Amino acid sequence: MILTALTAGTTTAVPGAEGGEGGFSPPTPDIFWLPVGGTFITEQMVWGGISVLILSVVMVALSKNAAVVPSKGQWMMEGFYNLARNGIARDMIGSKDFLRFAPLLFSLFSLILLNNWFGILPPVMNPTFGKIGFPIALTLVVYVVYHWIGFKKHGVKGYFAHMVPDGLPGWIRPAIFVLELITYFVTRPLTLALRLFGNMFAGHMLIVLFVSAGAYFLTQDVLFKLLSVPTFLMAAVMVVFEALVQFLQAYVFTLLSASYIAGALADDH
Amino acid sequence: MQFTDTASSVVSLAASEGPKMPLIPYIPELIFGFVMIGILYLVVSKKVVPNLEKAYEERRAAIEGGMEQAEEAQAQAQAALQQYEAQLHEARTEANAIREEARAEGASIVAEMRDKAQAEANRITESASRQIEAERQQALVSLRSEVGTMSTTLASRIVGESLEDEVRQKGIIDRFLADLESGTVRPEKVSAEATVAAPASSAGATEQGQLDLGTDGTAGRDA
Repeated sequence: MILTALTAGTTTAVPGAEGGEGGFSPPTPDIFWLPVGGTFITEQMVWGGISVLILSVVMVALSKNAAVVPSKGQWMMEGFYNLARNGIARDMIGSKDFLRFAPLLFSLFSLILLNNWFGILPPVMNPTFGKIGFPIALTLVVYVVYHWIGFKKHGVKGYFAHMVPDGLPGWIRPAIFVLELITYFVTRPLTLALRLFGNMFAGHMLIVLFVSAGAYFLTQDVLFKLLSVPTFLMAAVMVVFEALVQFLQAYVFTLLSASYIAGALADDH
Repeated sequence: MQFTDTASSVVSLAASEGPKMPLIPYIPELIFGFVMIGILYLVVSKKVVPNLEKAYEERRAAIEGGMEQAEEAQAQAQAALQQYEAQLHEARTEANAIREEARAEGASIVAEMRDKAQAEANRITESASRQIEAERQQALVSLRSEVGTMSTTLASRIVGESLEDEVRQKGIIDRFLADLESGTVRPEKVSAEATVAAPASSAGATEQGQLDLGTDGTAGRDA
């Protein structure tokens, strides 16, 4: 939570502040380290678990009595589901195979979206995916899935052969194969996980920076007190901006997952 | 080797006071990430998506079913229209056939009636002519006997004697009539005989009447 983060920030800042001018120290990655009590559990894990609970309960409730003529709740649920089902899965994978990947992609999208928005939702104020363990877990799931279906569809040899596009001159094929191999097995998972983590991490850092700076200015003299107003304003702008980025990152993660699955399923390049 | 050392030191660091390096995953969080997506995927794939997909399928079926029903109704209407038109056509043909038949029948009736009338007229004409012939014969016969009687009576009165002998009498009359028919008897001769035998006027009258009867009889036969 932000307050915890702030206290953590101020506790690290306080010793410097006691030293006089330049006492403010910007928030460090330590603000993401939030163990609950003395256990191995972190706040992110708690909120992640709560997000799964919320999503499960709400989505089951809204889709339980799904009918031909939708209720208002079902209609909203369908709109949310169709964003992942039609807007991502069907468009990327194609109408033949998309349906068996729709649950996975929809799970990814809803889980990432809610946890990202936790970063600006008042009781939480902490994006779960700002801790790299979570993006890595999701990325590994996607990684295993798209390689698994690729091997299943093309066979081990066929899958590797499938990575190199047809119609290339013979001498360039080994080089392209190496590049594609790196893309499939290193670049894609790495970027997928880091993109989500980096955006959440940096966004949260920025908001904490502005809020803690504004709070610090309030402890100083009048000029700084005035300066705290645009600082808090900037924090508010960042929150709005983050809302967009958080949605976008959830969308991009799901979209790229669908794209990788589609690439592994494709008959040719 | 060095890497594993670093990794183990990082993990031990993470376990003790949390990772200072944000790019090193905190292992409980990594594991819990799998748990989160696993549970959510189970719920979504077992409870949420099937329900929604079922609703989509039902909706699609309902829409297509409605369209099918509309098409069916249209086809039925089309079939009814065709049937109606066929019936109308049939009825028209039938009416024409009946009209033709009636016309033919009427013509045949007229022809038949004409034939019948013709036959009737012929029959009537024939029977009338036969009757006339019969009556003429009858008249001829009765006239012949009457003339015979009258002429005998007349002759007997003139001669003054009754020709009592039947055979002789008959023979005389027949011979006279035969002579009359064959034309051997000349009126002059008869009139001369008559003038000799009887007053001229009466003899002339008798002769005239016989000749008249003859012409009359021929005329009647001709008619």
